[in-house]
Amino acid sequence: MNFTLKIWRQENAKAKGRFKTYKVENISPDCSFLEMLDILNQQLIEDKIELPVDPIAFDHDCREGICGMCSLYINGRPHGPEQGTTACQLHMRKFKDGDTITVEPWRAKAFPVIKDLMVDRSAFDKIIQEGGYISVTTGGVPDANAIPIPKEDADLAMDAAACIGCGACVAACKNASAMLFVAAKVSQFALLPQGRVEAEKRVQAMVAKMDELGFGSCTNTYACEAECPKNISVENIARLNREYLKAKIKHADRKREAGGFG
Amino acid sequence: MTKLNSKIPEGPLHQKWTHYKANQKLVSPANKRKLEVIVVGTGLAGASAAASFGEMGFNVKVFCIQDSPRRAHSIAAQGGINAAKNYPNDGDSIWRLFYDTIKGGDYRAREANVYRLAEVSSNIIDQCVAQGVPFARDYAGYLDNRSFGGAQVSRTFYARGQTGQQLLLGAYGALSKEIKRGSVQMYTRHEMLDLVLVDGRARGIIARNLVTGAIERFAAHAVVLATGGYGNVYFLSTNAMNSNASAAWKAHKRGAFFGNPAFVQIHPTCIPVHGDYQSKLTLMSESLRNDGRIWVPKKKEDAEAIRAGKLKANDISEDDRDYYLERRYPAFGNLVPRDVASRAAKERCDAGFGVGLTGLAVYLDFADAIRRLGKDVIESRYGNLFQMYEKIVDENPYETPMMIYPAVHYTMGGLWVDYELQSTIPGLFVAGEANFSDHGANRLGASALMQGLADGYFVLPYTIQNYLADQITVPKFRTDLPEFDAAAQEARERLEQLLSVQGKYSVDTLHKRLGKIMWDYVGMARDKAGLKFAIEEIRKLRKEFWENVYVPGTLEGVNDELMKASRLADYLELAELIARDALHRNESCGGHFRVEYQTEDGEALRNDEEFKYVAAWEWIGLDAEPVLHKETLDYEFVEIKTRNYKS
Repeated sequence: MNFTLKIWRQENAKAKGRFKTYKVENISPDCSFLEMLDILNQQLIEDKIELPVDPIAFDHDCREGICGMCSLYINGRPHGPEQGTTACQLHMRKFKDGDTITVEPWRAKAFPVIKDLMVDRSAFDKIIQEGGYISVTTGGVPDANAIPIPKEDADLAMDAAACIGCGACVAACKNASAMLFVAAKVSQFALLPQGRVEAEKRVQAMVAKMDELGFGSCTNTYACEAECPKNISVENIARLNREYLKAKIKHADRKREAGGFG
Repeated sequence: MTKLNSKIPEGPLHQKWTHYKANQKLVSPANKRKLEVIVVGTGLAGASAAASFGEMGFNVKVFCIQDSPRRAHSIAAQGGINAAKNYPNDGDSIWRLFYDTIKGGDYRAREANVYRLAEVSSNIIDQCVAQGVPFARDYAGYLDNRSFGGAQVSRTFYARGQTGQQLLLGAYGALSKEIKRGSVQMYTRHEMLDLVLVDGRARGIIARNLVTGAIERFAAHAVVLATGGYGNVYFLSTNAMNSNASAAWKAHKRGAFFGNPAFVQIHPTCIPVHGDYQSKLTLMSESLRNDGRIWVPKKKEDAEAIRAGKLKANDISEDDRDYYLERRYPAFGNLVPRDVASRAAKERCDAGFGVGLTGLAVYLDFADAIRRLGKDVIESRYGNLFQMYEKIVDENPYETPMMIYPAVHYTMGGLWVDYELQSTIPGLFVAGEANFSDHGANRLGASALMQGLADGYFVLPYTIQNYLADQITVPKFRTDLPEFDAAAQEARERLEQLLSVQGKYSVDTLHKRLGKIMWDYVGMARDKAGLKFAIEEIRKLRKEFWENVYVPGTLEGVNDELMKASRLADYLELAELIARDALHRNESCGGHFRVEYQTEDGEALRNDEEFKYVAAWEWIGLDAEPVLHKETLDYEFVEIKTRNYKS
């Protein structure tokens, strides 16, 4: 198969980017999208088709759809045309011979470009650091079977926990909102008895951090769910909203009570 | 030979760890605040160790090469994690997990370490549940188990086919908690270039900032390497693209002995190679062997017809199928250990019974299980794996059998460590896949996650104190010491040298050539002549690399090719050591199969009299022969036997 690629090139965070056009030929339909970029880079490096030689920078690692490192905006869609698939698991058989394919980085204020197709997603780590965990320390915990958890709850928690933190939800959202990402983590713990203890504090802290870091507000258009490579449901956002509201009401109640005694 | 002291505590096996903990030195809370620890790598071992050190009160610096600590390759582990909980009441115990691991490793692991691993395995599950890891549960709400190879009990805990992901996110959560608390400083997109020794002790690292390109220095009282294995020496493996051996190799060149480098695990169930553009291989979890049956056609003409595209798997009648694992190993059947299953697949394919276009594939068939349990049950157990298979191969495994073939997956070998997980460099500890410790010559499925978390949560937090207790009067190190200057200078010069070659070939071109040598001659079947040939070829290729590699760009900013070249330069040295170790070990054991040493029915033939030891290699210099040190393995508690999975 032959393709024309329009790829975003940007020297660094401060430089102005632009599209450049490349051609790749004789690509096997079984080749993955990232392997196709490998082939292009191989040509840039060994055939020196343009000087100075500067292979395309893109993030990737496990290439089996689980590390969340790959982050390509392909033909206007995060991770490309195939539903529920990361760019590394997308294969060229999903395109038509002769297609022109546009490849861009994630575009969001909170994810600045580092080089070409690489972006800085450390904002996600910062949100998790605000409370995307249960504050248990190592050791001194009860037997794993001490607290039975209904299978339905455990399964729903697992559905939410399947998030790979790639940022496709942010890239898909016209407001660049991180609601689905935050909701997935909040939901996982809200559904488990171990996570309930800190549930109120967690949801408030994570939402506040998300807002602070420049992610937009939820558009309610569900673009995030549609583009999520792990099919994380927007029902998690509904759960987050309930948790957030509950936490706020409780917080207000407590303030009032404290005031009453003071 | 006197250099190796494994420091195994006295006493009966089941009291060694208790005894150690009761007698080790501790560091008081006030002194912990004065001490710094560097952890390199944020997989299960690194993240769990760093989080635990932070909780204890040490000042921790953590490094990872990815953009977030959550992306370390532990994330990709699928099937599960073993623990001797005996929740299913099927006869498991600490002893049995210990015994299965020793036996699975073909009697080439250290008893005391393995027993401790089995002992703490239960704590890991408790810890992970407390962290909110959503393990699979039954309808009563209790934890579910499944079976893995090399065991006759169900002791594997799992979270669908994403167990590694969930355990890593648990450890990443713990790490994030400590980063927020300020006890841990996280350095993402940093790659370690060298280890810094001061007065013979590990005191810091040199790392490259992968965004700015700056070569940076970091000092500490102790260094922990949790940087994973070296499977990518083979180019094609199930490892992530950025997984590499450079941190471990640099430590080796600074004096840490390398243990059993030849012990490489080739996993039986991976998606077969399909083209020369392929960048990596994808594992299909061992858990699939719970319900999948492995077979090839009984008749060669059927296999030929399948390869020619004239017949399909489903055209072959039941009577014409050879379920060769069930035939050869009736007691364990499809759940024999990985090394056994891989060799059996290779044997059938080499004999002309392989399927797929290349003939290098066997079937993994779920038709029986789907008939017995229904498609829904199979989907709930393996749905994501089936989906992944379909995406890559473009075939529906619910309808046609999967095609699989062995691929490089895990390295049992690694930096030699003693019972405290300390290398031969004082103050350098090594955890997880990066060390050689617990799996002998073959690792059992679902034991890597167990070992990574055991090392990080429950072993290092104790043993590192025993070392640091003597360091409390040592002030914090400055990075302007001459040792740091020299190491940083050396690291910079090496990168400059790589950039200056300006040859013809990309790093990938040369890496693929190395991979082919390794797979053909240092892979599943090895022999003396082939290994000698491989060593020559590797040396030639190393020369060619330094004369003809082309690395574009400069030292500044993002430069992936530069880092890839730096890693390959290390692989080219490590590859030779792997081949040398394989050549010296005149026996077959576990994943190390020398064709000269096999039984009449093609099973591995160990030589306990001459090779019941850990081979720990000492680096002398680039063109000098490495020095072999032997740690004899004394089996005080287990009776050594020939592994038997037949009856």
